[in-house]
Amino acid sequence: MTEQISLKKLTLLALPLLVASPWMPQWMLFMVTIAMANGLVGLGLMLFLRAGLVSFGQALYFCVGAYTTGLLSHFFKFNEVLILLLFSALVSGILAFALGFLLAKYRAIFFGLLSLAFSMILYGLLAKSEALGSTDGFNIPAVTLMGWLPPSDLVRVSILWVAFITVGICLIFINGLIRSPRGLLLTAIRDNEIRTEYMGGSARKTIHLIYVIAGVLAGLGGAIAAIAVGHIDPTMAFWTTSGEFIFITILGGIGSVLAPFLGALVFGIIHTLAFSNSPNTWQLLIGSTLIFVILLLPDGLWSLTSKFKRVK
Amino acid sequence: MSNPTLLKVSGVNKTFGAVTAASDINVSVLKGECIGLIGTNGAGKTTFVNMVTGYLKPDTGVILFEGNDITSLPSREITRLGICRSFQIPQLYNTLTALENIEVSYGIVSLSAHKESLFTKTESIIPGYGKNIRQLAEESLERFGLTAYRDKLTRVLPGGVRKLLDIAMAMAVKPKILMLDEPTSGVSSEEKFDIMQMVMKAIRKDGTTVLFVEHDMEIVSQHAERVLAFYEGEIIADDVPEVALNDAKVLKYIVGDKHSSSVSTGKQHA
Repeated sequence: MTEQISLKKLTLLALPLLVASPWMPQWMLFMVTIAMANGLVGLGLMLFLRAGLVSFGQALYFCVGAYTTGLLSHFFKFNEVLILLLFSALVSGILAFALGFLLAKYRAIFFGLLSLAFSMILYGLLAKSEALGSTDGFNIPAVTLMGWLPPSDLVRVSILWVAFITVGICLIFINGLIRSPRGLLLTAIRDNEIRTEYMGGSARKTIHLIYVIAGVLAGLGGAIAAIAVGHIDPTMAFWTTSGEFIFITILGGIGSVLAPFLGALVFGIIHTLAFSNSPNTWQLLIGSTLIFVILLLPDGLWSLTSKFKRVK
Repeated sequence: MSNPTLLKVSGVNKTFGAVTAASDINVSVLKGECIGLIGTNGAGKTTFVNMVTGYLKPDTGVILFEGNDITSLPSREITRLGICRSFQIPQLYNTLTALENIEVSYGIVSLSAHKESLFTKTESIIPGYGKNIRQLAEESLERFGLTAYRDKLTRVLPGGVRKLLDIAMAMAVKPKILMLDEPTSGVSSEEKFDIMQMVMKAIRKDGTTVLFVEHDMEIVSQHAERVLAFYEGEIIADDVPEVALNDAKVLKYIVGDKHSSSVSTGKQHA
């Protein structure tokens, strides 16, 4: 069962980072922000894993969220971050709701590959679309926070704060969902769907619901990543991006709603270090880490916290 | 005045290719009855259970529950209306403990009772049950004598305990009709009489109507008030055990003549 987190615990974890953020180096601010964005996608994948499913196509919603933000700010001149996040979540959620009718019928590899197919269709469409910059994508102008345009030295700090608040709200929501009987139903579907149906539970409805929630989370992640990077391109929908999200989720584990964020942060650190020290073979280090985690920590990095608790 | 009819199966047929699994099945089940379904393997007992519980759709015929047509409903809808079942091979959540298995069952009940609300807490009282999921699960374990296995993973539990857990989970939905598919199969002969005794005591306390598939005629004559005997998809006898189990066709095709004397004295073991 997934460890529950309280609002107090959440605040205690986030507060030191928020307070320290103005003194953090720019690269670190960027890395933590991207980790938060990726962690949101991982949070949705965690719900899938709890139901025994793996989506190889969450990059679809990550990209949809990013392009919604990009289109609104670049073409329609909406620069307010709250509106951008809201619309990105909404558009991703609507798309997930529509595709969910089909996806919720499938299980195992079929679910995974079908989700992958949709993300690759979007990649193909964007890569061929000259109006949207084709494979080069396009830049996103600076955003405002409730009408305030942060000075250049505070841009990264303010984006990190926005990411933290968004993540906090999502964590409270998902924590509540996991604590509810619906959360129990996810485990039930993973273990024995026939029995669950015979108990009166609807597997399809539940999978459709978490598909929409995971889509919204990925859309928000994409929007945050787009704002932080200031540029979007079709690779955000490419299968390797979906693979990174799965990597993050396996790395963190599903023992807590915080686990995907730990996974994303560790992935960010490994990625940054590996890329700066060995730009041509950084994937080798990422792959080795995954093998190490699967062999030694099959329940992910978060399982270390329970090991430490037992030692204490 | 007789009890009202809960379940009415009329003119139901089901074939699988050249095999007839159900042929013109007509049965009425009254509220509060305890019915034993007997027959050799492939006689159509489980097909009957599968059709009533929505796993299989009959080729022709109608199944009414409390006057409502449930013939084409999916199993979850039928469960919500009040017909639940246990399985020949227990269908458990194998990565969870015995307590968690029952908690999940009550969790599904809670979800329906709270109109699928997203944020109902597991600690919330379930409407119509007056207790929360944990309290109900603990109570259920005690009722079925499973408290000793509370924190054990279900995959390591012995066969008899798994059967009991399977039935305890089915009882979580407070069914009006409970269908037990071979509740004592795979259980040692020493254990099965005790297990059946415990099951019947636990589920009949609420006045639940029971239909159970059983191969042991002694158990049938001990617990059934009425027997439905299946042979090649047809019901060849429908009567009280004393009559049905001594029916010429039943003796010939199902019980075997040599068992007739033990059948008539089966009640003495109860």
